[in-house]
Amino acid sequence: MTTPLAPSGQGPLRRALAGVRWYVRELSGEAKWDQYVARCAREGTEPMSRRAFERHRDDHREHGTQQRCC
Amino acid sequence: MSTSTTTRRADGPPPERSRRPLPRSIAIWTVVALVGATCWAVLALSRGEEVSALWILFAALSSYAIAYRFYSRFIARRVLRLDDTRATPAERLENGTDFEVTDRRVLYGHHFAAIAGAGPLVGPVLAAQMGYLPGTVWIIVGVIFAGCVQDMVTMFFSMRRDAKSLGQMIREEIGLVGGVAALIAVFAIMIILLAVLALVVVNAMAESPWAVTSIGLTIPIALFMGFYLRFIRPGRVMEVTAVGVVLLLAAIILGGVVDGSALGESLTLSKETLTFLLVAYGFVASILPVWMLLTPRDYLSTFMKVGVIVLLAVGMILARPVLQTDAVTSFAIEGNGPVFAGSLFPFLFITIACGALSGFHALISSGTTPKMLAKESHVRMVGYGGMLMESFVAISALIAACVIDQGLYFAMNSPAGVTGGTVEGAAEFVGTLGYSITPDQLAAFSASVEEELVSRTGGAPTLAFGISQIFSDAFGGGLAAFWYHFAIMFEALFILTAVDAGTRVGRFMLQDTIGNVWPKFGDTSWRPAAWIASAITVGAWGYMLYVGVTDPLGGINQLFPLFGIANQLLAAIALILCVTLFCKHGWWKFVWVPAVPLAWDLVVTMTASYQKVFSDNPAIGYFAQADRYRTAREAGEVLAPATDVAQMNTVVTNSTVNGILQASFALLVLVILANAVVIWVKAARAGTLPTTEVPHTPSEVVAPADFFATAEEKKAVAEWEASRGEPVGGGHRR
Repeated sequence: MTTPLAPSGQGPLRRALAGVRWYVRELSGEAKWDQYVARCAREGTEPMSRRAFERHRDDHREHGTQQRCC
Repeated sequence: MSTSTTTRRADGPPPERSRRPLPRSIAIWTVVALVGATCWAVLALSRGEEVSALWILFAALSSYAIAYRFYSRFIARRVLRLDDTRATPAERLENGTDFEVTDRRVLYGHHFAAIAGAGPLVGPVLAAQMGYLPGTVWIIVGVIFAGCVQDMVTMFFSMRRDAKSLGQMIREEIGLVGGVAALIAVFAIMIILLAVLALVVVNAMAESPWAVTSIGLTIPIALFMGFYLRFIRPGRVMEVTAVGVVLLLAAIILGGVVDGSALGESLTLSKETLTFLLVAYGFVASILPVWMLLTPRDYLSTFMKVGVIVLLAVGMILARPVLQTDAVTSFAIEGNGPVFAGSLFPFLFITIACGALSGFHALISSGTTPKMLAKESHVRMVGYGGMLMESFVAISALIAACVIDQGLYFAMNSPAGVTGGTVEGAAEFVGTLGYSITPDQLAAFSASVEEELVSRTGGAPTLAFGISQIFSDAFGGGLAAFWYHFAIMFEALFILTAVDAGTRVGRFMLQDTIGNVWPKFGDTSWRPAAWIASAITVGAWGYMLYVGVTDPLGGINQLFPLFGIANQLLAAIALILCVTLFCKHGWWKFVWVPAVPLAWDLVVTMTASYQKVFSDNPAIGYFAQADRYRTAREAGEVLAPATDVAQMNTVVTNSTVNGILQASFALLVLVILANAVVIWVKAARAGTLPTTEVPHTPSEVVAPADFFATAEEKKAVAEWEASRGEPVGGGHRR
C-alpha cells in the first residue's frame, strides 16, 4: 500500500533516501491516498477523486480535536 | 462495559524463555555504561574549571540508552506484561479514521510531534539560574523514573480500555467525584498553559518589528498552504510544506529588512497591543475551518521542530560549547533568584516540568495515540521512547541557556522592574547579583543579534541567543541575527500551533460538558455554540495573559510557577489513576513503579503549592505579596517595582487571583487523591477489584516490536503479509 521496499540491488544511500521518503510520506499523511487507491484496486471498487478524498479527510479533522502539548 | 478480574498470571502472555545475552551485546552495554559513568563523574566532580557541554549531552544519551534497554524492558515484560497475542483497539475497532493500525515508527513520530512543544524549551532555560547540574540531574533522572513511566503506563491502560481518555478512565475506575474534579482540573490547567505559552510569544515579539513581521507572516503562509491543499493540488503535503519552509526563511530575512525601515516603527508593538492581537487571532483561528490554518500550520511546525532539533544536536557536537554557568549557583540554596523565586526544592522540579515529567502527556497518551497502536509491545517504544526524545529536547535547551555569558543571562531574564529596561540599569542590577557585565558588553551582545536584550524574559529570547551562538560557532558565517530570529520564529510557530489547537480542544471540552445538560450546545457543528465556547476559552486564557503582561513584578516570574505546578498536578492525577489500576489488578509486587514517582510528585507539588499559598515571604507567597502591597497602598506608599497606585492595585489583584487558582488546583488534586485512596483500601482488602479492561481478543497483526526489526521479525512479517495478500500498518518497509 505504500512505497515498496527498495530492491536490494540498490546502494545503501539510495535505500536510505527511499526510507526517508517513505517515512515523511507516511507521517504527513500523503501516503493515505496511495493506500486508499491500492485498497480500491484490491476490492475492485472505483476510487473517488483525490479532491473528494482529501475533502473527506478535512471534514473528519474538522470534527476531531488534535491535541498539541506544551 | 465489560468487566474482568485479572490476575496477572492467568491471562499474561506465555513466559518468554530468556536467552543468555550475546557477548557482543554485553560488550556494547558495558561501553555505554562506562561512557555514561565517566560523563556523570566529570559533571559531578568539576568545579571552577571549564566544563564542555558535551559531557551533559553524552551523560544524557547514555543514560537514556540504558534506561530504555533495561528499565523500559522490565516494565514492558515483568510489570505490564505486554501481550502481543492480544488485539489492540486499532486492530479490533479499525475504522480507517481515528482507529487505525499504524506503523510503529510513524506512530512514534506522531506521538512525539503531539507531546513536544515549547514547554521543554522554556522550563530548562529558566531553571538555568540554579546552575547546570540541578537541571541536568532532574531532567535525566526525572524522565527515566517518572515522565516516561507516566506516559507508558497511561498509554497501556488506555490501550486495554478501547483507548479511553484520562477523564473517562478516572470516572470509571476511581469514581464520579474524582472524574468531575479531573475534568475541571484539566480545563483550568489547559487555560494556564495557553496563557503562559502566549506570554512567552508576547515577550519575544514585544518592541521587535523583526519578530512581529516574521511571525506575522506565518499566518498568510499557512493560509496559502491551506488553500493550495484544498483547491489547487489536494493532498500534496510534502511539496506545499517545502514551499512553506522556503517562505518561512524568506519571512525571517524580510523581517530584518523591515526592522531597518520606516515600516519598522509602526510594527513596534507594545505587549498590551500584542495581547489583544493574539486573543483576536486565537478566537478567529479556533472557529475557522481547520484546513485553512490549523492543519497547514501543524505541518510547518512539525517540520521545523524536527529540523531544529537535529540541527541543534549537530551544532552542539560541532561547536563543542563550554558551560558558562556554575554547577550550582547560590540561588539554588537561598531561593532569591531573579528569574523565579524559591529554592531548589521544590521549585526546580516544577519549573522543569516538560522534559522530566509532564502531566499534559497523559492526555495524548490516553485517547489519541492508543487508537493507532498496532501491537501491545509498541507501548514501550512509543510511550517510553517518545518521552525520552522530549527529554533530549529539554537537555538541549538547558545546554543552550548554560553556554551564554552569565551576566547576559541574568540581564535578559530579570524583570524590567529591577533592570529599568536599560543596559546601564541591567549592568548595575547584574552586579548586585554577583555577576559582572558592562553596559558596553550588553550593547555589543544586542548589536550582534540586532535586538534589545535587557529584560527579555520568558525564556524564548535566551534560548534563541544560545541557539544563535551555537549555530554561529558551528556553521560560521556571521549569521547571528538570522539564527536568533530563526529560533524565535521556530518557538513562536509551535506555540501558536498549541494556542490554536488548545483553544479548539477547550472549546470541544466546554461544548461536551455543557452538552450534558443542554444537548443542543454539544453539537460541534452548531455555530452559536462553537462561537460561545471558543469565546469563553479565549477569554479565559486571554485574561490570564493580560494579567501576566501587565504585572509589574514580571509575568513570567509570577505565572510560570503556577503553570509548572499545574502541569505537575496533572501528572499526579495521571499517576493516581495508574496506581489505582495497579491496585485493582492486584499487581502489588510492582505498584512501586508508578507509586514512587507519584509520591515524589505529590511531595513536590504540595510543598510548592503550600509555599505559594501560605509562605509569609512576599517573594514566594501570593497572598503575602498581595498583603504587602495592600498594606503599603493603605499607608499611601508605592513599592518598587510598581511606579504608581494603579500598578499597586494590579499587583494586589493579580497576586490574589494567582493565589486562589493555585489553592484550587491543589485542592482538586487532593479530592481526586482522597477518592482514589478509598479504592486503594478496598482493593487491598479484596486483593483485586474488577476493572473495565476489555477481555483478551486474539491478534492477527504481525509486526516487529522495537525500533529495529530483527531478522526473525522481518521473516514473520513477510510470511504473514504473503498469507494475507496485502500489507498492513503503513506498508512494506521495516
